[in-house]
Amino acid sequence: MTPVYYVALSVILFVIGGVGVLVRRNAIVVFMCIELMLNACNLAFVAFARMHGNLDGQVIAFFVMVVAAAEVVVGLAILMAIYRARRSASVDDANLLKY
Amino acid sequence: MTHILAAGHNTGTNTDFVATETVYWILAIGSVGAALGMILVRRAVHCALMLAVVMLCLATMYAMQGAPFLAFVQIIVYTGAVLMLFLFVLMLIGISSSDSIVETIKGQRMAAGLLAAGLLVLLILGIGHAAIGPATLSNADAGANNLPGIATLIFTTYVFPFEVTGALLITAAIGAMVLAHRERATPRPGQRDLAARRLASGHLAPDPPPGVYALHDAADRPALLPDGTTSDLSVSSALSPRDPNETPRFVPADETLQITAETGGREPDPVTPSGRADS
Repeated sequence: MTPVYYVALSVILFVIGGVGVLVRRNAIVVFMCIELMLNACNLAFVAFARMHGNLDGQVIAFFVMVVAAAEVVVGLAILMAIYRARRSASVDDANLLKY
Repeated sequence: MTHILAAGHNTGTNTDFVATETVYWILAIGSVGAALGMILVRRAVHCALMLAVVMLCLATMYAMQGAPFLAFVQIIVYTGAVLMLFLFVLMLIGISSSDSIVETIKGQRMAAGLLAAGLLVLLILGIGHAAIGPATLSNADAGANNLPGIATLIFTTYVFPFEVTGALLITAAIGAMVLAHRERATPRPGQRDLAARRLASGHLAPDPPPGVYALHDAADRPALLPDGTTSDLSVSSALSPRDPNETPRFVPADETLQITAETGGREPDPVTPSGRADS
């Protein structure tokens, strides 16, 4: 099984995650779709690491996971702060800077 | 697990290859289906469960590709910690919060679909032109040497990014604490203040417990007074009181926990004749 199958799957998952970010209105769901995109990138990293026969890609995927964890922590804290102030988790309601 | 790990190294017989292909297609269809479900279901909780399915599928794929360390990190960090954090915040914000289907920007979904199709075509063309060779196996790729190999790389070649990662994690933790912190607008009431408040309320005795003299003693059944009326004091203001003599019925989560964006409060329960005065 060549790594191209895994890369193709990661492309599909990345695009699905991108559509979710564009279409969904709930901020938590948008975050989940971003996680999906990061996971798709990790899959591509691992596939390329296997293709090249070294472990650099796996180390990068590991770093991506760490950064994703930090991003989720801060993002969800921001979400909680917005929810406290505006009683809504919808991305449409945080429009104070609009006009 | 060992079988899947072994399936990652398809150097051997034909059956190994067939097993790898079968597992790959099962996982691929499962993960793409769950990812599509993520953007199609309306409830955020269902979304989180779909995301868990995708992450577990990807973890198995990592194991198949000679990355057992990443597979377990994926399960522990993503499915364990990150997804639990998502669910935790979902519970805080409202478990039944679902997306509105109203399109706020005209033609946004169509544009998003077109963009996605364009991105897909672009990426597939790029990958089609790239020369992705067959999997090369090395010693570091094998299961037993995976962990020492990654450790060696992290602590030699990538030691500076690793340290920066530590700084990032500390910053993220402090940032989350600062963002989640809320200053008290009023001083915290002490025991003396609470006693004075109780005296001033004119109701010295403890509040009656729910369900007294009612048919059921559930926490949302208000107590019955001697004249047969209900006592609103007996039900916590976090619950909506129900008719104490009514048999329990199934209540969809939408009805009781609907959080409206305008008021931010709870919609009055249709069963209750009058809303609570103090809620």
